[in-house]
Amino acid sequence: MDRSLRLSLTEPKWVRNSLIFITVSFTGILIFLPVIAVFAEALRKGFSFYFASVTDPLALSALRLTLLTAAVTLVANLLFAIAASWCIAKFNFPGKNLLLTLIDLPFAISPVISGLIFILVFGARGWFGPLLESGGIQIVFATPGIILATIFVTFPFIARELIPLMQEQGTDEEEAAILLGANAWQTFLRVTLPNIRWALVYGVVLANARAMGEFGAVSVVSGHIRGRTNTLPLHVEILYNEYNFAAAFAVASLLALLALVTLTAKAALEWRIRLEYESAASSEKS
Amino acid sequence: MSRFRQHSVIPGFGLTLGYTVSYLGLIVLIPLAALVAKGTNQPWADFRAAVFDPRTLAAWRLTLGTSFFAALIDAGFGLVVAWTLVRYDFPGRRLVDALIDVPFALPTAVSGIALTAIYAQNGWVGRWLQLLGIQVVFSPLGIVVALMFIGLPFIVRSLQPSLQDLDPAAEEAAALLGASRFTAFRRVILPALQPALVAGFVTAFARCLGEYGSVIFISGNMPMKTEIASLLIVTKLEQYDYAGASAIALLMLVSSFLLLFMVNFAQWWSTRRQEKL
Repeated sequence: MDRSLRLSLTEPKWVRNSLIFITVSFTGILIFLPVIAVFAEALRKGFSFYFASVTDPLALSALRLTLLTAAVTLVANLLFAIAASWCIAKFNFPGKNLLLTLIDLPFAISPVISGLIFILVFGARGWFGPLLESGGIQIVFATPGIILATIFVTFPFIARELIPLMQEQGTDEEEAAILLGANAWQTFLRVTLPNIRWALVYGVVLANARAMGEFGAVSVVSGHIRGRTNTLPLHVEILYNEYNFAAAFAVASLLALLALVTLTAKAALEWRIRLEYESAASSEKS
Repeated sequence: MSRFRQHSVIPGFGLTLGYTVSYLGLIVLIPLAALVAKGTNQPWADFRAAVFDPRTLAAWRLTLGTSFFAALIDAGFGLVVAWTLVRYDFPGRRLVDALIDVPFALPTAVSGIALTAIYAQNGWVGRWLQLLGIQVVFSPLGIVVALMFIGLPFIVRSLQPSLQDLDPAAEEAAALLGASRFTAFRRVILPALQPALVAGFVTAFARCLGEYGSVIFISGNMPMKTEIASLLIVTKLEQYDYAGASAIALLMLVSSFLLLFMVNFAQWWSTRRQEKL
């Protein structure tokens, strides 16, 4: 009886082994191979070609634009995330659920559409096109358009990490700080920020990966002007379409490295965020 | 303001809410409104011509079909992957678990060219499939492979928490009542996983419908044959046909919203049903 019960609570050994085999080979072929392929193809013509490709002036200008875009995007979305999580987590007001849904909206929108909408607003024949043209300002097919599209696709990333954590933490500590005479800014810097710092870093890391790697939305608004409106992913596409495969993969390997660093940082941050949630839960009980 | 929100000693409500709503409006709502306006503000005949001409119809069919099959294959394999990752311990388990996130983190253009290199006729996998007479690149099959890559994490990450939260008592009861392991899986475990599986499937499907970067390199982009809907939007934009591009985009947007609404509704319904029990 004891033996048969134990047997029927798990699968026979051959079933377990075949399922493990399927898992390892499926993820290995579908996901692991492409990552390896990026580096193998990048080094196909040797190290000196690799270094020449990634230090090419056009590659460097694409890298500069990618870094600039990511920096502006992160600052803008971080400010928004802090404001949004503060009003949503610390106060009760009607329409909160609608606001939460609207913040998540960009997640549900295709990258190409995320670029298209900015052409419709700021393009030459768009809503504000004539106005901008008369002022001599160009947004679409220029750096501002690239930044706007990137802000849009990474819009919910940081806010999504902060809001649930701050809701879990409640308002007790902030209320105590205010009643003890701290002003709003002191309360935020000394009480709230230390409680949410790892979730904040986590959101920034994820948003950064997407900001630096975004392709579809940026491709639509960039206009593909070499040396001026090319980000790293767009530079990869141009090299690839010119059949310069080794150089395309060399530049792509930089983005693949970024992805691997992001995943490592993500794994390292996840347990710290769990600690933040646990301390929120335990302070609630006491 | 004080009547709008409940009373609180914490400062900054007006400032942060005002900033949140204005930023949301500028970055998200006004541009989306522009799409709705451009897409609907054209004669019905033009809209219909853009959305239902033969080339667009072929693109819809291809996009829906490849997304559906990719999400379906992912649902099957994703169930196996999530099951082994949660229930079994084997060397390399943590590595496989980390690999699942790669499609989220890897830029889509990079996945696109890497998959093309692997499945090309002289590629690591392509050369073996070539022997079997299967061509992946520049065919709908290639699109399915790229979408499978993009969709897998959505299924696995949706299933894992549900698998972890399964009540072992139900399985023990099934075993005590004499059910075989397979019967217990079919009658006890699978029904409990069903909401997460459906949610993962629909999210992956919705994501695949709009995918662009990872597909355009492997698909070959032949009109009527391997041209997906997102690419058609880009093509129309390059021809300065903004109204046509907006019409296709609007239809795409509405369908993915409907899908995601269905997921949320199904989740709300199943949690409500569980609360009642």
